[in-house]
Amino acid sequence: MSAETILEVRDLRVRIASRRGLVRAVDGVSFDVPRGGALGLVGESGSGKTMTLRAILGVLPPEAQITSGEIRLDGVDLVQLRGSDVNRLRGPKMAMIFQEPMGALNPVMRVGWQIAEGPQVHLGLSRGRAAERALELMRRVGIPDPERRFRAYPHEFSGGMRQRVMIAIALSCDPEIILCDEPTTALDVTIQDQILRLLTRLCRESGVSLVFVTHDLPVVAQVCRDVAVMYGGQLVERGEVREVLLDPRHPYTLGLVRSAPDFEYVRESLVPIPGSPPSLVSPPSGCRFHPRCAFAEDDCRTSETPLRPLPGVPGGRSTACLHYERTLEAVEADRARP
Amino acid sequence: MSALQVQAEAPLAAGRARGRQARRWYRQPALMAGIVILVVVVGMALAAPLLTSYNPIAQNLNASLLGPGAHHLLGTDQLGRDTFTRLLYGLRLDLRIAFIAVLFPFVLGVVLGSLAGYFGGWVDVIIMRLVDIVVAFPFYVLVIALVFVLGPGERSIYIAITAVSWVAYARIIRGEILVAKRQDYVTAARAGGLSSLRIMGRHLLPNVITQAFIYAMSDIIQDILAIVTLGYLGLGIPPPTADLGSMINDGQNFLSTHWQLTTTPGLVVVFVGLGLSLVGDGLADLLRPGQ
Repeated sequence: MSAETILEVRDLRVRIASRRGLVRAVDGVSFDVPRGGALGLVGESGSGKTMTLRAILGVLPPEAQITSGEIRLDGVDLVQLRGSDVNRLRGPKMAMIFQEPMGALNPVMRVGWQIAEGPQVHLGLSRGRAAERALELMRRVGIPDPERRFRAYPHEFSGGMRQRVMIAIALSCDPEIILCDEPTTALDVTIQDQILRLLTRLCRESGVSLVFVTHDLPVVAQVCRDVAVMYGGQLVERGEVREVLLDPRHPYTLGLVRSAPDFEYVRESLVPIPGSPPSLVSPPSGCRFHPRCAFAEDDCRTSETPLRPLPGVPGGRSTACLHYERTLEAVEADRARP
Repeated sequence: MSALQVQAEAPLAAGRARGRQARRWYRQPALMAGIVILVVVVGMALAAPLLTSYNPIAQNLNASLLGPGAHHLLGTDQLGRDTFTRLLYGLRLDLRIAFIAVLFPFVLGVVLGSLAGYFGGWVDVIIMRLVDIVVAFPFYVLVIALVFVLGPGERSIYIAITAVSWVAYARIIRGEILVAKRQDYVTAARAGGLSSLRIMGRHLLPNVITQAFIYAMSDIIQDILAIVTLGYLGLGIPPPTADLGSMINDGQNFLSTHWQLTTTPGLVVVFVGLGLSLVGDGLADLLRPGQ
């Protein structure tokens, strides 16, 4: 591991006990996040993105469990750490921003004190100093009139303002990495843009790394340099955002791009991906995408498909597809169309 | 209307809505009636030395079993003690014991219920088995048995009521915490590296305590009834201290000739219970989330 890597996830597996059986929510996921970098994690609902994030932070729901793998934050394996030791890292080392800012804020606590709580606990600041810090953070995230808003409750804030509060809480202890779980999905488009700009600017200013989970491809393109595409609990493609989204080498990525509006990838109509996501209780054999894949061949049903580097392509581009040339041909055919 | 206008008016509308809610509490006739009853009763109990010049335990055998009159508003008992005076002082004592007796089970139940709900697992199993054991006995059977073992007196009443009625608070809070701990703000608090104690105390409890508070309102009634019952059975406050329960019991011997000795303390108990339950219901309506 190089000094440039802040977060290193190796072969992470998360199982969830459910009534239907063991759900393999995350099944052998590996990725690195460079210091100061931003990695996007995209995929449809139920692909294991959120579980990956929560596993990193150690806040999995009680029925979920990390069964194997390593999560190294700054060289320390979080999977092996005991509860109280992880607690000391949450906040000063890593923080999380949630999808629903209303649900993620305590409804009966004044927002100022919610922001000030982390600095009080982790940085040992007095109440007064923590409150000052909270006011400064509220100014930094662009909450107008912070002295007055400090004493307000979350329900008195708009959606965008609540998400600004969440960002202030995440930044309150100067973390090295912030994990974002679809932070703009609950917001309307104009607010979404403001929040994304704010988030990327603040992270750039203070050198914070980002893991950004979303199903929104334009958002990934705006925020992240690298992207990893997740399907059925596994990574299927990884590389630089523009390369992956403009020139996909996995049929699932191609399907995502084709089904997303307003991206540069021009086409006449949106093309949905046929079928539905796989059951993660008894996932399909071989490549998990093969039942929905237009290019599937016999070997897709039988052979394991780990993420492999693409030969002759720089920048850590890798794909899990055995027949990625087929995707390449399809992309070229799409482009050739007027 | 432009978007800007809408934005500017939103906080005003919220302010108005809050104003409506704040104004609403005295528009509820039941709650208002309960408050009036309680103010009168508690006020009279507190002002007992001002309202009467008699000593509640001073005997005057020359003036025993007098009927209501100018000197003795409600007459006297068989030992010549002024009934009105004993009523006021009895009420004073019983209300004080009831309000204190509700605090201990409240605290104990809330703490144990939070632990059970938050940690789950064996903590939950142990605490809830304990709850099951207590719930298996009828309330009065357990309270009377405990006071009988511990001996009459204020301290025994506190211990007995605490030992028996904490279970209701524990159940309520456990259920509320089980729901609340699934909320994102709890995950967010964990993600912020806060300790379990802090999450329970500062994030979960303020969100769930309302339900226990509402229950406490009706629990006070049960406590008053328990105290009066114990007094009636001779297990409450030892004589000669005035207590509504022992007054009811003492008057029973003269029921055919001096019915007011038993009936007035009984009516006072009913009146207090009515006031408390009206206030309890009214507060429940006001505090219940989503109202």
